[in-house]
Amino acid sequence: MSTEDDELLREFLLESRENLHQLDRDFVALEQDPRDPARLAGIFRCVHTIKGTAGFLALTKLEGLTHIGESQLSRLRDGELVLDTHITSTLLAMVDGVRRILSSIEATGNEGEEDYSMVIDELSRIGTPTEAGVEPLQPALAASLIAAAASSNAPEHEPAPVGVMVAVAAPLPPPVAEAMLPAATHPAAESGDAGGKAAPSTVDTTIRVDVALLDRVMNLVGELVLARNQILQFAVSAQHPGFINASQRLNLLTTELQAGVMKTRMQPIGNVWNRFPRIVRDLANVCGKKVTLDLDGTETELDRSIIEAIKDPLTHAVRNAVDHGIESPERRAAAGKPAMGRVLLRAYHEGGQVNIEVSDDGGGLAIDKIRARAVERGLVTAERASRMNEREVAHLIFLPGFSTAAQVTNVSGRGVGMDVVKTNIEKIGGTVDISSRLGHGSVLKIKIPLTLAIIPALIITSGGERFAIPQVNLLELVRLEGAQARRGIESLHGATVYRLRGNLLPLVFLNDALELEKQSGADDVCNIVVLQADDRQFGLVVDGISDTEEIVVKPLGKELKGISSFAGATIMGDGKVALILDVLGIAQRANVVSPSRERALGDKSRKQESEHDAREALLLFRIGSSTRMAIPLSMVARLEEIAPEKVERAAGREVVQYRGAILPLLGLSRELLDEPRPESSDPLLVIVYSVQGRSIGFVVEQILDIVEEAITVRSQAAREGVLGSAVVQGRVTDLLDVQGVIRRFDSTFFDRKDAA
Amino acid sequence: MTANRQLCTFLLDGLLFGVEVMSVQEVIRFQDTTNIPLASSMVRGLINLRGQIVTAIDMRARLRLPPRGAEHQPMNVVLRTSDGVVSLLVDDIGDVLELDGRLFERVPETLAAEFREVVLGVYKLEHRLLLLLDVERIVDLGDQVESRGKSGEAA
Repeated sequence: MSTEDDELLREFLLESRENLHQLDRDFVALEQDPRDPARLAGIFRCVHTIKGTAGFLALTKLEGLTHIGESQLSRLRDGELVLDTHITSTLLAMVDGVRRILSSIEATGNEGEEDYSMVIDELSRIGTPTEAGVEPLQPALAASLIAAAASSNAPEHEPAPVGVMVAVAAPLPPPVAEAMLPAATHPAAESGDAGGKAAPSTVDTTIRVDVALLDRVMNLVGELVLARNQILQFAVSAQHPGFINASQRLNLLTTELQAGVMKTRMQPIGNVWNRFPRIVRDLANVCGKKVTLDLDGTETELDRSIIEAIKDPLTHAVRNAVDHGIESPERRAAAGKPAMGRVLLRAYHEGGQVNIEVSDDGGGLAIDKIRARAVERGLVTAERASRMNEREVAHLIFLPGFSTAAQVTNVSGRGVGMDVVKTNIEKIGGTVDISSRLGHGSVLKIKIPLTLAIIPALIITSGGERFAIPQVNLLELVRLEGAQARRGIESLHGATVYRLRGNLLPLVFLNDALELEKQSGADDVCNIVVLQADDRQFGLVVDGISDTEEIVVKPLGKELKGISSFAGATIMGDGKVALILDVLGIAQRANVVSPSRERALGDKSRKQESEHDAREALLLFRIGSSTRMAIPLSMVARLEEIAPEKVERAAGREVVQYRGAILPLLGLSRELLDEPRPESSDPLLVIVYSVQGRSIGFVVEQILDIVEEAITVRSQAAREGVLGSAVVQGRVTDLLDVQGVIRRFDSTFFDRKDAA
Repeated sequence: MTANRQLCTFLLDGLLFGVEVMSVQEVIRFQDTTNIPLASSMVRGLINLRGQIVTAIDMRARLRLPPRGAEHQPMNVVLRTSDGVVSLLVDDIGDVLELDGRLFERVPETLAAEFREVVLGVYKLEHRLLLLLDVERIVDLGDQVESRGKSGEAA
């Protein structure tokens, strides 16, 4: 082929790839409204264009396949035929055929060996009296259709030799425009009014740009931002007004340039969503379900690198919603819901992040089944599972190992590979959350940053070094001075905590975590950076807090990849390098969150070991005059001091007004020891326990300590309300049976579903 | 190993080392480094090489040689490896030598293990010996266990 032909072919492939996406979408939409003339005309035009160019380029197979498709489409358009599921499937099989031929051309330069005569036969039978769309899809064809649907994603993962479409439309180079001219005008004339309306009008205002070039420009702008930062540092101490002016101008221009270049890399999320209508349709057909897919916010823009990264996790989530979320039409009818299930994809910007929601109106998460499955798989202990609230249980589906179980036994819980979704999203600095209502469906909420290259970060110092903390992880900053610092931080048996508005916040000292040298003389001030890692909060104690800054994230060399505490490095305004902290890594290192989710599954031996040797943070307290008791810290929502005069009585029980609700108080001394509370004006110490929106307050005499110990229950329960006794800190301590004692107190506490 | 080689040479504790000249990107003066907490002691820190962040490996520590005196500032030999760019901190930079393949000999078995791990062979120069280093193996610092002894599973 001549170079001109090569160029033509390249353009043709690029053009067709976009057209195919459009075809998928149009066909699915057409199924809803089979007589929509504008869409029919659009599809016809699209197939006609491919056919025309295929003929021009002597791609005979492609021409043959699209020719028969085009004939049938023209019958549809003229109203001779009415589209039904069978015809749609057959036509989609043709689209898949076209896609395979194009992939083959792209990879090998020829049309490939595959035989499409079956699809062609099937196409030509459309509308013949014997078939007339009544006969179900032929099994062989159905199989090929499903296989094609499965493989249709594959080519897109291969690095395409051509640039990715970055603009809405692009002008065709003259030879192509000429070649396509007859094709483009012909159907427009045929299809009358619908043709002119849909023709692209932005042809002259946009150009195609190679993505590699854009990436290079983006890197250069990153460098420029750094150079600008350095110049600004000099400008601070500069005397020359001209220099100061020039540097300010440079500052402005760089910022604008950065924003501009970032914009060129932005793509609407619709580019990823393109393929979902087709995926949902095919999957729904295979599962025997009826599902519509609604897209909201397709124009929401994301950086190209992120678009690439979320493609797979989103596909997974959508498949999951159809496969496991939406129930069969019969079950939906039985539940009084419309037979047609609905999956909604929503995207919107919020606070410098992009939120993507995948919601379905299916059965929701079967919390009890998930709980049982997780215990069965050894992901959590039965005891811990029983203590988890619904949200925590729902999050179990993100554990690796949960998914495989679901796949093998095909239980009707959700979660095929949800761990992969979570891992992939977290890899790009995003978060995943799921909420669900039994019988009403579930919502998977994904939050991702706009771009990966430049992020806002908080700069802190510790041990004489500077570090950057990505702002995504940051919740708040707390500064304690003087006596406040000494009193506020309670160091208890190795575990240091701070009472942040009544909640116990575990503290991690960055100097210790990174084995930095302690700076002397800073004892009077304590800076706490409150961070979110996974679903836990913790406070990172640092020497000093500087400022927030936009930083350019640079990867660390392979020789440093073993250190999980750092996410990368950046170059600061003064040209020095600063490390970017990996908040999750630090939290894991300090045992704030379980060392590694991968380990949650564990092998059998490790699991048993962990059951025997479960280290658990315990809150120790005293009731009565000398009884030491312990409650797992994870069950403590808050610690409160309540003035005795605030205690009121309702329905024969002691209650206090607490955070706009009524908090029943349960005096553990009286309940367990039958000792009345001594008259005193000292505040009552209350341990607040919350579950499912309801709370109860345990009144205790003294809070003793927080320990993290591997406990072994030595003796079984000697009395009600006690799980057993264990030796903690060398002294016999009773473990409070939280649920038991609450049931004794209020037998309906756990059964009421409504939130107080 | 009879082909001639061009080697970039440098000194460490009085010993002469060489790396293939083609793997050397540049040689620069000492740069301020940013410490990397928890990293192996062989890693001196990170340097900013015109906007690129490069790990500096202290070759004295890498080869378990005695540390150099504080008064002596090392030089950076910046290398291109298959894993990206790294910098080697060396005492002093030597000449680029074109060496006859016939002068080359395999590593003597008696050489210390830390050396044998990274030394490809020895060139017998007229007055002294030149140790040829394997660039890829120098930068492979092995599984770095974070110094507090956290299990090495960290990805």
